[in-house]
Formats: sequence, C-alpha cells, structure tokens
Amino acid sequence: MSFKIIVCAKQVPDTNEIKIDPVKKTLIREGVPSILNHDDANALEEALKIKDQYPDTHVTVVTMGPPQAKDMLLECLAMGADEGVLVSDRAVGGSDTWATSNALAAAIHKLGGCDLLFAGRQAIDGDTAQVGPQLAEKLGLPQVTYVTEFKIDSNMKDITVKRAMEDGYELIKIQAPCMLTAIKELNKPRYMSINGIFGLKNKEIKVWNAKDIEVDLATVGLDASPTNVYRSFTPVPKGKGKMIEADTDTELAQKLLINLKAKHVI
Amino acid sequence: MNFQLTKEQELVRKMVREFAVNDVEPIAAEIDKEHRFPVENVKKMGQYGLLGVPFPTELGGAGGDHISYAITVEELSRVCASTGVICSAHTSLCAWPIWAWGTEEQKQKYMIPLAKGEKLGAFGLTEPNAGTDAAGQQTRAVDMGDHWLINGAKVFITNGGYADTFVVMAMTDKSKGTRGGISAFIVEKGYEGFSIGKTEDKMGICASSTTELIFQNCKVPKENLLGKVGDGFKVAMSTLDGGRIGIASQALGIAQGAFDVTVEYMKSRKQFGKKLSQMEALQFEIADMKTRIEAARLMIYKAADMKDKHLAYGPQSAMAKLFAAETAMYVTTKAVQLHGGYGYTKDYPVERMMRDAKITEIYEGTSEVQKIVIAASVFGK
Repeated sequence: MSFKIIVCAKQVPDTNEIKIDPVKKTLIREGVPSILNHDDANALEEALKIKDQYPDTHVTVVTMGPPQAKDMLLECLAMGADEGVLVSDRAVGGSDTWATSNALAAAIHKLGGCDLLFAGRQAIDGDTAQVGPQLAEKLGLPQVTYVTEFKIDSNMKDITVKRAMEDGYELIKIQAPCMLTAIKELNKPRYMSINGIFGLKNKEIKVWNAKDIEVDLATVGLDASPTNVYRSFTPVPKGKGKMIEADTDTELAQKLLINLKAKHVI
Repeated sequence: MNFQLTKEQELVRKMVREFAVNDVEPIAAEIDKEHRFPVENVKKMGQYGLLGVPFPTELGGAGGDHISYAITVEELSRVCASTGVICSAHTSLCAWPIWAWGTEEQKQKYMIPLAKGEKLGAFGLTEPNAGTDAAGQQTRAVDMGDHWLINGAKVFITNGGYADTFVVMAMTDKSKGTRGGISAFIVEKGYEGFSIGKTEDKMGICASSTTELIFQNCKVPKENLLGKVGDGFKVAMSTLDGGRIGIASQALGIAQGAFDVTVEYMKSRKQFGKKLSQMEALQFEIADMKTRIEAARLMIYKAADMKDKHLAYGPQSAMAKLFAAETAMYVTTKAVQLHGGYGYTKDYPVERMMRDAKITEIYEGTSEVQKIVIAASVFGK
C-alpha cells in the first residue's frame, strides 16, 4: 500500500503587488495575480522529495477557495503531485481559520486520512498560522510546526524534524501519522516541469462542495466563524530615524541618553 | 482560428519565465563576459524537460507541441540569448532529425537521452566553403563495407564543444550533386578520428559554444547512417525549416527582453524634468517596437502551429525568421538608443542584447537566404 501524503495549500494574492482600498479598508484583489502560498510550496516540495525517494508515495494537494483556485492546483500537479482536491462552495465562503479547518478536516476525512499531513506555516494574506495546527487537533494528529529540516526513516514511520525557534531549534522525533508545517528554510521548491505540464491531462482535480465533504453546515462559512476581521489598514510609516553624531563613544552615549530621556523612553 | 494559448502553453511560459528569471538571468552578463558555457543551467533544463519539449513521452520528450517549444526558446532568450540557442540547436537541429528520419534503433539509442536532456546535441552542415550552398560540401563519407569513413571539417557548429551527439552531413557521391550526393550520419563524441577544433571568439551569444568539427579517418558504424544513402540534403533542409522556428523564437525573445528593460528604464529615467516615459516622441518609438514584436510573435506561432499540424510550413518559418531577426535588430538598436550613453555600457543588458541580436540575421540561413526560400514559394524554384 502506498504511503499517503496530503498537502494543504492556499491560493493567495501576490503580496508584492498588494494594496488596501483606503475607503473600504479591504484588500484590492482586482488585477493582483494569484499564486501558490510560499510556505505551502515548501510543504509540497518536501512531500515531493519523499515521493522522489520512495516512488510508491501518493501526494494529494487539498485546498479550499473559489473556482479559480483550480489554477493553483494545476501548478501543484505540474510540479509532481498526483491529485488535487478543491473544496469550493458558497456555504464555506468567508470562513475564518476555525471554520476553514472544519471544512478541510472533513475533506481529509473523506479522502480516507493520510500517513503524513503537510501544511505551510502560514498564508501570506492572513498570516495567522492557525489552520495547520487546528487541522491536526481536529484530525487527532500529533503536530510539529515551523519545520526547517525533515528526515523520514525507510520504515516510513520514524521521522526526525528540526523545529525553528526564535533563538535556536528543537530536534524532535515523531512518528507518522502526524502533521507538520513547513517554513521557507525547509527546502527550495522545484519548478513545474514541462513533462508535468503536458501530463496534466492524465491527472485529476476533484471539486467538492459542502455536501460532498459531509461537513456540518453549522461549523463552516462566515456565520459560523467565531472571529472576523475588524479592520484592515496600512500601518502609518514611522518617522525618520534621527542620527546622533559625536567625537567620542562616551559623548555619543551621553547624547543618546539625553534624547531618550527627553522623549520619556527611559 | 484561435489566437489564445492553451492552458498548457500558458503554464509553459510561466514555468520557463520563472526558471529564466531565477536561474538564467542572474548569470547572463557574467557568462557573456567570461565566454562560459552554462553547464549547470543546461543540466537543469534537461531535468525540467526544456530540452525535449516537442517530442513524445515514449521517446523521452515532454509530450508538448511546437508552440510550447517556441515559447521555451523565447522565454530563455528574453534574458539570455546564448541559453536560448543552446536549447534551439539541441532540439531542432539534432533531436528533431533523429526523431523524423531515424530508425527505431536510432531513436531508442540517441533520441531518448537527447529528449531527456541527459545528452546534448549539435548539427554539422556548414563548412568553410559551403554554408547554405550545400553543393560545395567537401566532407566525404566512404563506405568501407563494415563502417563509414568520414574525412573533412565543419565550422560554426553550435554546442560543438559540449555536445555528445552530432548529426553530420557528408558527401557520399559527388557525381550526384547536392540532391542524392549527400548523406546524414549520427556521430558520437569520442569516435576515433573525430575531434573538436577551434572555438570561435564571437561578437555575441558569447556563452554558447561555436566550434569546428574535425574528421580524420573517423570511423562511423554502418547503422549510424541517418535516412537512406543520398537523403542528406532532404534531412538537412527539413531540419532547417524547423530550426528557423527556434531561431525566430530566439530573436523574438531578445527583442522582448530588450523591450521590457527599456520600458522599465524609461519609467525611472528623468531628463528635462520629465520621465522618458512621458515624452511622446519616445512613446512612439515604444509603440513601433511593441507592434513589430507582436507581429513577429504571431508569425512564429503560426509557423509552429503549421508544423504541429503537418502542413507545409517552410516559407512560413522563413518569413517568421526573417521578420523576427529584423525585429530583434530594430528593437535592440532602439533600446540602446533609448538608454543613451548607459545603453552603450556593459552595466545595462541592452548592450549584450544588441550584440546577440545580430546573429539571428545570419545563422540557420541569412536573411538573404530566407528571401530566396520565400521568393521560391512565390515564383517556384
């Protein structure tokens, strides 16, 4: 039986081009290209590396979003994933992280679970880093977040990961099945391949609605979401820094001290 | 009639552009300056299927089409024309004739590793006294019973110094002249009596390898005859028809690349209190450049589409190559002009692009030869 990996991915607006509507305070999405979320690309790459080494591995990419998220799944398949699943339904629209993880957990359950669940650390649009961990909780899987190195034993069970911390790292041993979230230091995602692009006709993207994933409708969508975005805004840029100059280090320190005291910082 | 690219063709452009911007562009100026063949990127191109775009998967290819192939060469050439021609010469001039003319055994042995990018290919037709005028061929192949013996030399061979597999033309019966007198052979690097001669020091496409091939009693196995004895001219001409799509795409890519960097430059460069992009006389230059680029693109994609549909596309690819090459020269010359003094320095890529553009009017049939092909389709041969 093949080793089953599910990668959760999100189609996000390219944040290099993002602007906020000054009146409506929401993201302007028109004309902004959509891309595969960066950390999710790292998650997919790690799954594909396992498949490179152990060809009897099946990689499924699961996403939730509008119909055009299918384009992102096509790119995942052209990179080497075996199949794609798009959960798309007005009933799940406007979901916050809790509601999103309910829907994704239902989709993963419908897929019959997996041996390894990968997700990116966070999406560049919401930056919450919550969906991966919530999924693990709902699916009853142990989890390691911020994975920067990954190694799986040939028994396809014992896994060693390095988890990035603010001031160092943790080395963790864990067993499949489990959930891991990837950060960009984990690997360098591959490109699509030309062979992969022309092989798309042999691969399947399943599009499921809320009924297909048999999710309780009271737990998904905008109304079911316990959190909502209060306001989006562009932070006011901080004023220019002030350069302090002096002939000696002592004098420099004194000037700095005077400035900080004048501003009541200390 | 449908002018929209397919989903696959759009993804090919996206993929090749990402690769070109991340891996090719950062070293383009450096490999031009050092005249260094980009071995590392050629290897990656093989891994990602860029060296077998239009060939079937059963023969190691990517299972794509010739428009996707044209897009591949275009996008590579947009940032580095040397990298573009490495792909073009390999695909159109070596892998393709083996695919089109080879026996099943030859395809299995040579085509698969070429299409997979495990081996690199080159094509040997031109000689010091015979370029397009194939009748002047002085390289001879003599049937020795259990092998062919080749003697002679080829010049200006793209990929020469780095190729593993060569498709080479040689005279087998001078009395029969061009048609019927020339035969094609598959020659492997390392064959006894086969060596690489001088490497050319060129004006442009400096990171591509252009060399002499020298045959001194070179023994070639009997089974390496490509096509039948006397088919060489047909093999060469059918190969060059397709090769022109590759070179036209290279020219298009050079023009597009020069155009793109010039537009960005004009948006930031200020003179007389205005950005260059706000000056109407210069805007009109950009309009002319864009129009020609778009026309070249349509002509190339049409030729590629005709090739995929097995229509007679020779004159179409000649027109596409003629127009795209002239467009590359026109656009890069304007691009340097719009950059002013900076454009003449090696600090800006348009200097390299203008040098690179010139070759597209010369190799795989000069612009004058394209006109012969086009005129022959009008008046007959």
